[in-house]
Order: sequence, then C-alpha cells, then structure tokens
Amino acid sequence: MRNFTKSATMATILAFATGTAFAEDSTDPIKIPTHNWSSQIVGAHIVGKLLEKGGAKVEYVSADSQVVYTALCEGDVSLVHEVWEGAFGVAFQKVVKEGCVVDAATHDAKTREEWWYPTYVEEVCPGLPAWEALNACADKFATAETSPKGRFLGGPVDWLKHDSERVEALAMNFEVVNAGSAAALWAELDSAVKRKEPIVLFNWTPNFVEALYDGKFVEFPAFDPKCKDDPAWGSNKDLSYDCGNPKDGYLKIAAWKEFPTKWPKAYAILQKINFSNMDIAVQAKLADIDNMEPEQAADKWLADNEARWKAWLGSAS
Amino acid sequence: MSAAILTRATEMEPQKPLASLTKPLLVVLPFIILLLAASLLPGWAVRVPAGWTVPFVDWANTLIEHMRDDAIFGLFSFRDLTRAIAELITWPLAFVEGLLVSGFPKIGLAAMPWVMTAGLSGVLGWYLKDWRLGLLSAGCVAYMAIFGKWELSMITLSVVLVAAPIAGLIGFLIGILAVKKPWFEALVVPLLNVLQSLPHFSYLIPIAVFIGVGHKAGTIATVIFAIPPMARLTILGLKGVAEEVREAGKMAGCTRFQTLWMVEIPSARQPLLVGVNQVIMQCLAMVVIASFVGARGLGHDLLFRLQALKIGQALESGVAIVLMAITLDQLSRAAAHKEPSHVADATLLQRFPFLVASVLVVMASLLLAAITPYAQAWPSELALSTAPLWDALVDWVTVTFYDPLQYVRNAMLLYVLIPVRDLFQSIPWTAMVALVAAAGWSLGGLRLALTVSGFVLFIAFAGYWERSLITAYMVTVAVLICILVGLPIGIWASRSERRTAIVKLLCDTFQTFPSFIYLIPVIMLFKVGDVAAISAIIIYAMIPIVRYTIFGLRNVPSEIVEAGITSGCTRRQLLWNIRMPLAFPEIMLGINQTIMFALFMVIIAAFIGTKDIGQEIFRALTFNDAGKGLVLGLCVAFMGLTADQLITAWAARRKQRLGLS
Repeated sequence: MRNFTKSATMATILAFATGTAFAEDSTDPIKIPTHNWSSQIVGAHIVGKLLEKGGAKVEYVSADSQVVYTALCEGDVSLVHEVWEGAFGVAFQKVVKEGCVVDAATHDAKTREEWWYPTYVEEVCPGLPAWEALNACADKFATAETSPKGRFLGGPVDWLKHDSERVEALAMNFEVVNAGSAAALWAELDSAVKRKEPIVLFNWTPNFVEALYDGKFVEFPAFDPKCKDDPAWGSNKDLSYDCGNPKDGYLKIAAWKEFPTKWPKAYAILQKINFSNMDIAVQAKLADIDNMEPEQAADKWLADNEARWKAWLGSAS
Repeated sequence: MSAAILTRATEMEPQKPLASLTKPLLVVLPFIILLLAASLLPGWAVRVPAGWTVPFVDWANTLIEHMRDDAIFGLFSFRDLTRAIAELITWPLAFVEGLLVSGFPKIGLAAMPWVMTAGLSGVLGWYLKDWRLGLLSAGCVAYMAIFGKWELSMITLSVVLVAAPIAGLIGFLIGILAVKKPWFEALVVPLLNVLQSLPHFSYLIPIAVFIGVGHKAGTIATVIFAIPPMARLTILGLKGVAEEVREAGKMAGCTRFQTLWMVEIPSARQPLLVGVNQVIMQCLAMVVIASFVGARGLGHDLLFRLQALKIGQALESGVAIVLMAITLDQLSRAAAHKEPSHVADATLLQRFPFLVASVLVVMASLLLAAITPYAQAWPSELALSTAPLWDALVDWVTVTFYDPLQYVRNAMLLYVLIPVRDLFQSIPWTAMVALVAAAGWSLGGLRLALTVSGFVLFIAFAGYWERSLITAYMVTVAVLICILVGLPIGIWASRSERRTAIVKLLCDTFQTFPSFIYLIPVIMLFKVGDVAAISAIIIYAMIPIVRYTIFGLRNVPSEIVEAGITSGCTRRQLLWNIRMPLAFPEIMLGINQTIMFALFMVIIAAFIGTKDIGQEIFRALTFNDAGKGLVLGLCVAFMGLTADQLITAWAARRKQRLGLS
C-alpha cells in the first residue's frame, strides 16, 4: 500500500515535471486553410505534412482568403501560411491589433506587386520596362472608352494599390480600370496573350502566372517610405505616390493566439518554416504546369527539399 | 370561363384611350419634373447630405458584437448557442459522407462502391417513375465516377442530402406555424421576402462569426438559403386545401392535430413536394458560394480551377453540378407526381419489387467490388476528361469572335451604356421616392406606396445612393435587353411542343450551371468593364423571361383561342390580340423574376469589376465588416422588393380585370 502511494506520488511528480519542461501538444487537429490558388494549396499541404511529421494532427479547411482572417481570429482555422503584405496586410494587421492573431514568422520570399506586361509588348513599345517608355506609347493600350489614354487594368479596389494617385502624380497618359478579382485579371491577360494584344496590368510575384506567361514589371521611380506621405519627395513636388511599389513586401505566417500554448511543439516547427520565392514558384508550377494534385505536389516538393525541412524539424525539437 | 369572359367584356367597356393614358402619365410626371429640374433643386434634394445618413451600419455592427460577445442567455452568448447547434450537423454529415465516399475507417467499413451508388439510384428512378428515369440517374452517377469527379461529387451530394432534409423540415415547420398563427405569418412572410432577395455574399461574414469556417459552416449556409422556398410553398399548399376537405375531417371527428396531420398535409402533398424540389435546387445553387466559407466538393474545385484559368476542368465540375441537379430534380418531381399505391394479397416480390431489386443491386455490387477494384473506385488513370476540348473551344471563340465583337462592345459602351449611366447617376433621390410612391399608390393604394417608398428611403439614407444607382442602371439595361431578346425566343418556343421542350431544357441547364463560369468567357471577349458585367447578367437573367413567356402563352385558355379562330383571326392577330394580352400578367411575373435574377447576378459580376453596391459588399468582406455587408445587402434586397411589390400588384390587378384569377 505504502509502496503504491509512493509510486503514485512519483508518477504525479514526473507527470508534473514533464508537463512543465516539455509541454505536450494538444491532440486537437490543427486546422490549415486552403484558398483558391494553387501555390497556396500546395504550400498548405507541405506545412500540414511537416506538422504531422512533428506529431500533430492536421485538418484542411477550404476558406476564402479574405474571410479566413475572421476565422483565424475565432480559432476556426489555426494558421495562415501565406499572408501577403499587399493583398491581406490590412486584414492581418486588424486582427493582430485585436490580439486574437499572432505574427508567427516571416518567409524569405519577397513579394512585389507592380504594373506588368507580357514580353511581346516590348515589340510595340520600345524602351520598356522604363515607365517613361510605357507612357510614351500609351495610345497602344487605348480602348474605345479610355481613348486617347491608355488602359491600365488594376487589381480590385480594396487592395488599395493607389494606381490612380500614381497616374496623376506622374502625369501619366493612362486610365485605371479596376478588375473585381484576380481571376478577372488572368482572364483578360490570357485573352490578350492569345491575340498578342498589348496589355499592361497589375501582377505580382511569386505567382503562378510567371510560370505560364513571359513578362516583366514596369520600372517606376524606386519606392521610398517618404513618397507615400510627403508630397515634396520625388519628381512631383505637389503630390504623393510619384514612385513605384516596394519591391520587397513581406510574406508572413500568422497563427491563432492560442496556437503557441496549445501546440508548442508544432508552433516551434511553424516558426522555422521558410519559403523562398523559388519555393513558391515551384509549388505553383507543380500544380499548374505539371498538373499534379496538391497532395502529390506537396510530396514531390518535400522529396526534393529533404535536407531543408529536416533542418526545420531538427532544430525545432 | 365563359362567365369570366362576360365580366371582362363589361369591365373593359368604359376604358377610353385617353383615360388609360392619364394615369401612367400622372405617375411618371413628378419624377420627370424632378429629374429635369435636378440642376435647380437644392443640393440636399439631389444627394442625401453626409450628415443625414442614418448609421444603419454602426447599429448592425453593435448588434452583431452584442450577440457575439455578451452572454444574452445568462451563461453563454448567442454565438455560443449557434455554434453548439452547428456542431450537431457534423454527425449526419459524417455519416452520409462515410457512406458515399470516405468509408468508416474506425470500424473498418469501406464506402459504397460506385457501382452500388449508381445501381441504387437507378432503382430509385425506376421506382419513382419508369426505367428511363432509372437509366438517367444511374448514368449521371456513372458520369461522376468515369470523369474522375467521384470524390468531389459525393462530398457535394452528401452536403445536399444532409442540408435539404434539414432545410425542408425547418421550412415546413415555419410554414405550418405561419398558417396556424396569423401574427407569426405577418412576422415571417416579410422576413422570408427579404431573406430570399438578400445577396448571398452579405451573409458570409455573419456566418463566419456565428458558425465559423469549414465544411460544416458551408453546409449550414446551404441550409439557411434553402429554407425560404419550403416555408413559402408550405404556406401556399396548406392555404390551398379546400374548405370541404377540412370540413370532412371535422365531421369525422378529427382533433386539431389530426386535421393537420391526416387531412391538410396529405391534401397539400403536391405543393409540399414541389417545395422539397425547390429546396434541393436551392442547395445545389449554393454549392459554389458555400465554398467561400469552407464547403468542400465540386464548388471549391470549380473556384480553384477558375482562379488558375483551367476553364475546361472548371466546366467539367460545373457539368457534374448540372447533372446532379437534373437527376435530383427529376427524381423529386417524379416523387411529387407519384401516387401512393396499395396492393393487397400479393407475394413479397409483387408487393416490394423495388426493395428486392435494391437488395439484388447491393449484393451484386459487393460481389463485383470483391472481384475487381474498378467496381469500388474508378481508377484515376482511366478517368476520362473533356477539359482539353472545352479549353480549345474557349480559345477558338476568343480568337475568332473577339474582333467582330469589339464593334458591338464599343458601340454599346459609347452610345448606350455610358449615356444611360450618366442619366441614372443624375437621378435625385427625391425623384425616385416620388416615382415609386406614385406608382405604389396608383397600383395598390396608400399601404403599397408607403412600403415601397420606405424601401427607397432606406437605400437613400443608408449612404450608398450613388452606388445603388449604378446597380440600378446595370440591372435596368440588362433587364431591358433580356426582354427584347427573351420575349421573341419565348414566343417562338411556345409555338410547338418540341420547341418548348428544347428551350426548357436549355433554361434548366443554364439555370443550374454555376454562374461563376460565365464570368471568365465574358471577360475574355469584352474585357473588364460594364459590357462584360452586363453580358454576364443577361445570360443568367434571360432564363425566367423565356420560361414565363412560354408558360403564359401556352396556358391561355383554349376556349378563348378557339373563339378567336372561329371569328377569323389570322395567326398574327391571334398572337397580338388574344394570346399576348392574356399572357401578359404571366409575362410580367417573368420580368419580375428576371429583375430578381439580375440583382443576384449583378453582385456576382463584382468579380469582373464594377463600381456598384456589389463592389462595396466585397470590400466589406475584405475588412470583415459584417454590419456594412448586411446593410448593403438590404439595399439590394429592397431594390428587388420594390420592383417585386409593384409588379406583383400590377399583375394581380390585371389578371383580375382579364378574369384570369
């Protein structure tokens, strides 16, 4: 009896010790959202498989890329591994400020969002990618309703890209038409490329479009933080936004506020996960060009990058 | 009917040409005066000043936050309650999904082999109608397997199979309560009206807050959207039960419950089953939108493929949705028409031939699955695909038709759309209120006038007047074109059985086809802009006007047509002097539906790129602004309801005058 009590006490102490020293992960599944573009879905499966290798249980939830921040705040999804500064920065910062989401890590990948054209446009508009050259042949991009100005196809208005302000500040001969979704941008691009029609539109990197169509970003005056707020900065002394977009936007991993305490081991792995521009381009290529299913593509990527993810797992435990 | 003709003749008599013109003129006059005098009016009478805006958005957000965070029910908040209820749905969902596709790994049971699913749906079709329907349903199920859409289709099917009964039951109960308690009806019918015309996207954030994101939330969203038609048809059905039938029940000594259960509901069987059919169709219409909050299956696949510009593959998923819709539609219609049969004194086989057949199918398919794995799951390397064909077709169309269509596009834009848009944007809110109030008053008296002008005032004072006008402009142009094109198609199709059948099939297909698919080709042909948006709206909104025109023309009482023939009408006279006037109320209801469809599509057209309310709704989605999304949704719903109330009142009056009601 005495012996039994003793061993029971020991067990309790041991349990307590392990509980504090190596907190065990909860057995609840970690919910990873999948959006509607390929690189993100492949990446989600890579993240999921890595967390599974670390012993966690994982579940995939499909969710819209905007609605997902409400869900992350509520804990209905546990992480978002592709937080784009440009597209989702506002929604992300809002939930971080509310305190229900933590900024877990930042990828090496640098995102750039800028005016972009397919390569054949250089034939009709020599001097590209300089923005002055683009401006000089604005009429090549004109349509009936914008003529004589060129037509620039911008992203959805809620991405807040300040294209109209830039057109005004740089006195460009362009009119901004906003598409309603990324799919609308790609549909117009695809149609224009098929007919080799000159087009200049909003695009970003890393992106699956790079794998499908050749093209370049237009080079505007380099970005400077002052350019946004200080009208005196840059070529136009009276207006702001007389510059390009930043070339090195962040790509972050966001996690639900309870993630670090609920799954500490998984969180350590999550913080190590780090994709480069190349990784995301390859993830997109595997799905979009090689037509693999997201799961297969994730397996292929993991097989090709074993040394790297072993290091992420190794240093985390 | 002859009595109706007689009354009609006497009522039509006193109408003088001038008198029939003065009334519409009086209705439009104040509007025209205010519109023309817009430049002379003080600023506040043209645009609602920012200071006058009623903070509906803030109120909605406060309400939502209160329901989310505060413990209204003592220990827990409204949100906890909705989430707990939502949790319940995971059980039936897991069960059906396990049965159809994922199996039950915990107890080592595999899912039904696809041959079994196909065979059983064949037997069901045969049982409900005939062997043709059986063949159709088995064929559609086989399509899903052979074209490599098995898993996705079965996930979507399980959402429908779980959501439809729940929505049907809730709608049924709401309907019964509304019929039995007048105060509840007064409360719930306007609510149903609003719910049915609220754009789906303004629901999404509240759903993300109160239910969450994921497959279960998508299923619940589907349930919510599918409730209104069932409630509506239950009310309609139970109210339509003949008083004699009810009396007979009373005489036989029924209690109140027995009257309801054994007399009223069985006599309202047909409208109730039509309601079930509507619920199923509504569930399938939601497949794509539900995937925005996380429903898996064909809808998510379709959006993902579209985003990656894989139009062919997206189209294949779309076709799978259409086939599923057609099968379920036919099956539920057959169930509605089937009369219960009673056979006495027969052998087991004679009494239950279909049960025996089902058992045979189950055994045969289990045997097959044991012999060959192909019967359990169709191997993905053998899956057929029509995607390259579709892609090639889209390529060909864009390259061939792009240039000629540019002339159409530019002419349309420069000479029609831009002038009309400018005109609409100059409409003062006071003029709009005057117009709908006058129209409401002349059609339905003071009550209607107050209702519809209330709707317009809400839109004006919610602070989105300009954007609402752009939405109104796009819908108006689209609806006018739909009428110009749809009416002749309807007239043409109503001439013979065969044409009617063909056009109806086309209507069914286009209606169930996920409307998102139309967006990409119209952009490819017309570029981002109003022409693309309006074309997308036209494709979708054309369906009801064609449908109702056919229905109206074909249902003109044959006695009247014969009377026309005997008095020596030519075919032309028969159409314009007899059929059209008599079918006109029905056609107006078709126009009403066209407006509703156009309002639905104009919001989705925001994906193309518009500057209207739809764009604001998406912005609200981006910034998680649930209140703003709801208020904007109400603006759209009220626009639809204004048109709906006015047209319904007009059609009812007209029908009465024609002696058709």
